[in-house]
Amino acid sequence: MAGERSIRFLLDGAVHTVADLAPTTTVLEYLRDHLRRCGTKEGCAEGDCGACTIVLAELDEGTIRYRAINSCIRLLPTIDGKALVTVESLKAESSSALHPAQRALVECHGSQCGFCTPGFVMSLYALYRSDRQPGEDAICQALSGNLCRCTGYRPILAAARRMYEYPDSADAGHEEDLKEKLREIQVTGEKRQSTAGSSYVAPCTIAELAQALAERPDATLLAGGTDLGLRVTKDLAHLPQIVYLGNVAELVRIRSTGQHLEIGAGVSLTDAFAALTAEYPDLRGMTRRFASPPVCNAGTLGGNIANGSPIGDSMPALICLGASIVLQAAAGSRSLPLEDFYLDYMKKDLRPGEFVAAIRVPRARPAQVLRCYKIAKRFEQDISAVCGAFAIEVAGGRVRDARVCFGGMAAIPKRARACEQALIGADWSADGVKPAVAALATDFQPITDFRASQGYRLRVAGNLLRRLADEASQGAADLSVWGHAG
Amino acid sequence: MPAEPDRHGSDRIRGGVGEALPHESAHLHVTGEALYTDDIPLPKETLHAAIGISERAHARISRLDLGPVEAAQGVIAVLTAADIPGENNHGPVVHDDPIFATDVVEYAGQSLFAVLATSVRSARRAARLAHIEYEDLPPILDTKAAVQRRSFVLPTRTLARGAAEDRMRAAPHRLSGSLAVGGQEHFYLEGQIGIALPGEDRTMLVHSSTQHPSEVQRLVAHCLGLPAKDVVVQCRRMGGGFGGKETQPALLACIAALGAWKTGRPVKLRLDRDADMLITGKRHPFDLDYEVGFDDAGRILGIRLTLASNCGRSADLSEAVNGRAMFHADNCYYLSDVEIVSHRCRTNQPSHTAFRGFGGPQGMMLIESVIDDIARALGKEPLEVRHANFYGAAGRDVTPYGMVVEDNIIGRIVDELAQRSEYATRRRAIADFNAANSILKRGLALTPVKFGISFTTTHLNQAGALLHVYTDGSILLNHGGTEMGQGLHTKVAQVVAEELQVDLGRIRCTATDTSKVPNTSATAASASSDLNGKAAQAAARTIRERLTAFAAAKYGVAADEVLFRAGRVRIDEKADLRFDELVGLAYHARVPLSATGFYATPKIGYDPKTMTGRPFFYFCYGAAVSEVVIDTLSGESRLLRVDILHDVGASLNPAIDLGQVEGGFIQGVGWLTSEELWWDAEGRLRTHAPSTYKIPTAYDWPRIFNVDLVQWSRNREDSIYRSKAVGEPPLMLAMSVFFAIRDAIAACGGGSPRLDAPATPERILTAIDALRATSADTRTG
Repeated sequence: MAGERSIRFLLDGAVHTVADLAPTTTVLEYLRDHLRRCGTKEGCAEGDCGACTIVLAELDEGTIRYRAINSCIRLLPTIDGKALVTVESLKAESSSALHPAQRALVECHGSQCGFCTPGFVMSLYALYRSDRQPGEDAICQALSGNLCRCTGYRPILAAARRMYEYPDSADAGHEEDLKEKLREIQVTGEKRQSTAGSSYVAPCTIAELAQALAERPDATLLAGGTDLGLRVTKDLAHLPQIVYLGNVAELVRIRSTGQHLEIGAGVSLTDAFAALTAEYPDLRGMTRRFASPPVCNAGTLGGNIANGSPIGDSMPALICLGASIVLQAAAGSRSLPLEDFYLDYMKKDLRPGEFVAAIRVPRARPAQVLRCYKIAKRFEQDISAVCGAFAIEVAGGRVRDARVCFGGMAAIPKRARACEQALIGADWSADGVKPAVAALATDFQPITDFRASQGYRLRVAGNLLRRLADEASQGAADLSVWGHAG
Repeated sequence: MPAEPDRHGSDRIRGGVGEALPHESAHLHVTGEALYTDDIPLPKETLHAAIGISERAHARISRLDLGPVEAAQGVIAVLTAADIPGENNHGPVVHDDPIFATDVVEYAGQSLFAVLATSVRSARRAARLAHIEYEDLPPILDTKAAVQRRSFVLPTRTLARGAAEDRMRAAPHRLSGSLAVGGQEHFYLEGQIGIALPGEDRTMLVHSSTQHPSEVQRLVAHCLGLPAKDVVVQCRRMGGGFGGKETQPALLACIAALGAWKTGRPVKLRLDRDADMLITGKRHPFDLDYEVGFDDAGRILGIRLTLASNCGRSADLSEAVNGRAMFHADNCYYLSDVEIVSHRCRTNQPSHTAFRGFGGPQGMMLIESVIDDIARALGKEPLEVRHANFYGAAGRDVTPYGMVVEDNIIGRIVDELAQRSEYATRRRAIADFNAANSILKRGLALTPVKFGISFTTTHLNQAGALLHVYTDGSILLNHGGTEMGQGLHTKVAQVVAEELQVDLGRIRCTATDTSKVPNTSATAASASSDLNGKAAQAAARTIRERLTAFAAAKYGVAADEVLFRAGRVRIDEKADLRFDELVGLAYHARVPLSATGFYATPKIGYDPKTMTGRPFFYFCYGAAVSEVVIDTLSGESRLLRVDILHDVGASLNPAIDLGQVEGGFIQGVGWLTSEELWWDAEGRLRTHAPSTYKIPTAYDWPRIFNVDLVQWSRNREDSIYRSKAVGEPPLMLAMSVFFAIRDAIAACGGGSPRLDAPATPERILTAIDALRATSADTRTG
């Protein structure tokens, strides 16, 4: 079945139709090089500095969702059916003046060199449109993907508060107009593009997706692109065949059954974490620090899992919870415990033509003590040196069951079996966990790299278990420096 | 800001000196309309360049096959050293930085060749296709190895006064210690970029994101074998500089110009973040050692300080950086008998370079750790020991380099800050907290800053400005300084507004341009408002004097009866004209309405041979109190509160100055905590992007902060409106965070922690372990 070739998106109220462009063209390249909209900047080309932040507006059950993303690693065809909002758009949506975010930044002296500023403006714009009363931490989190090297952030944080003092600058009817136009360009069928040496397929159903992969067993499967984008911008990789799963409605769905929460592989990290922490509030510490909103808005939980990096932060907790994954192919599907998916460094139990369709997370069990700790050099938007997750069941002061899993300690996200064995039956106290701490040396021989040394990793892994025992014994939610009130 | 008419009848202009105005480009920053070098529209035949770099830290190039590069799609030309008509050098002082290495590469990331292609991706892809064969040579990868092997880029210097050794021997107490402080990546958000456009008759126009257009001009001219007059360099603004665009942009500008020279087409060379971080130099890492003798009060009697800096592969600005490190190894403290030894080590790293503070921070980290160690050895409050050592009255007011500290206000600043931050009360509260908590420990520290203002290379302390007044009364201002976000153009324009008594909206400050003001110094050393503000003031005064003389003659009054005030010119009782009316009359009377201004800093003078004299016009002062909490299980730390009191003299623009103080502080916090440059065993930098190199984020700004400018300070020297420099000094306020972490670590055991910077979680945990091991030894032994 030959799909439609061109993709369509809205920009400042106008429909842009693009065909015959290399599918690896990033949104940032398109803006700067093709449209000469140079307000959006490249700072790092890896989604870590936020100078390229733009907002995507999408229809979501009758309302519009505004989400900041990194345009530097976002491939252009994937904004099909959405509205692209750039720093220049703010002028277009208002006949009056600066947007409140812009005005507040000027008045609070929130720009110095100004290079990061358009990115901050867009993160603030997304916040303004989606949260009318953010607290201090919500503001920090909203800005966690934006680096500023000049101001020290104080005036930007002040601007984030002050912008709410100003009325929306968008002209009346702007949003209704946007909704109407978004409805007109909704993606309804499979899209296929091919240019010299590269092809792009964006199916709309699981069947189409399975078929597309069956036809192209070597194709690169693209979801949010927060990892794959770097292969384009950093490795300068040529990706001859891309299959995009973001338009498959069945994959962008979260279902809750009596047994489990089923998160489709195309669900963004933002949405997946909202569902996950509603079920498991103790995972908020991990999801809070996982990555910035632009990364979580684009990236998917399925991508984090399927990518299978040993330092991906979602897997240790999910493995502790006993999550399983649904692997789908044209021939049928199978289910696999998540921990069995990882075979060796970046090697997975994934057959040709197969893709991760969903993650199934068991429903919460009340007796369980659950924690996931992340250790990194920086609180926000950093990669773990060690990420430790623990699911412990205690009865009568003794550990009845324990699942312990670490990231950053081995070539894969890996359960600490010796540690678990030592825990089961042990006294649930700081002293009682000591043999389990010692057992970690049997479980892991971590590497030394720029994030931490082997000795530090091993030492801290054990100390995280001590932390958990302390928190449990004191009934405290967070005894780390981040929970410290000062 | 958008132009606004003068407000008739108002007695003040809008935008004069001392007003807390927004940055002149703020409205362009927030709308994305501010043009950076990468945003300049270029002809469609423009080529894009990429640099081919060495993968080895030290090796002989036995074969460089560029065939695959030339054959790659989109490639138009390849540049090597053989294409350079002039000198193969971009070194600013010593000519030891080849644009393209030829036989030997001396760091991983060194430039070997460049590709010109029709697109950025084609150029970057092709640059990776060269077949390079290396014969590895033994590399020197750190300062220690360099000192051992006497591998220096410049000779070791010693600055000595009195009898340090004798005084130490006779002292009641003696200590020695050491610490290493890491380097720092500038991480300007806008990466390095240069564009060259060939002109007629062997000329070249260069757009460079540079703090030093004149040097880019000089080095491009040398590279092409042209006189300076044939090369024009422009820079409207940088997306951050911090010292990283003082000497580093010349390499890019030279390559772009060379490409334009060879092909006759415009060439743009923009580094991606990884290439930028691999190729360009950083803040110098230092190994610091001391021996000190002191009395019961903690007063230093004799001291020997050794500062060994990792300069990387070439000299770059290392003479001046290390000189400044030596000049700041005293910080605020009088050192009667002192020996300061400075080694400038050659290693196989990029040539380390200017970075906000320029050696000063590293020198000050050493003396602050001495003070901290003394206090812990004596069981005294560190603030008391700091006080005991402050510069004082005659007899205790001469620096090791022989300059009298005439403007010392550190005692008053520290006392005021200690009081308003409730230092003593919090000290007790923290002691109570630490006694009650075994896992989390809190720490508190107050550290002072004294920073010398002027280029220590005396002749650089000059500046020029060019001012045009048009017949409609609007004013075009140009000066030799560059805008990198620090608000220089805003401040200098405020000076002109004040001098001519017109609203700031009348004035436009244009791109820095070597064809407008020649022979400029780098926008560096914090001194650019001082220098360019004075130069612009001189130009404005020339204009005002001409207008005054004209008005006085026309209306038959004395010159002192012509008053410029609030957009109007009052000529005794005879006339009251708008500024533009007077300008119009003057034009018709053929009065010249364009003027240059020049300034050379007075009083300074310094003998580089003996390292004595007066290198600085004056000093800036400041102090900070930081409180942290650390986790003894993970080593993580968090800044809880900061109180800052900082001296900017009589501020030209308090909003901009506050921004410099806060931004400098956080940048320093990053340097000393989370920003770790990690080179692997082969000498390759492995933290070369923000995914791996972690500068602070918004979360890292403390929840409690009280940042104030010293309201009562005026520069005792005749600086521009008695203001003081502000760019660099606040960075060193961040030392308070490092020493607060040290204080928290000290609460885990007895004695003085051995902590290197940056204080990453791992280093903090290591320091806690070492301290506990020592305490345990002491108890059992």
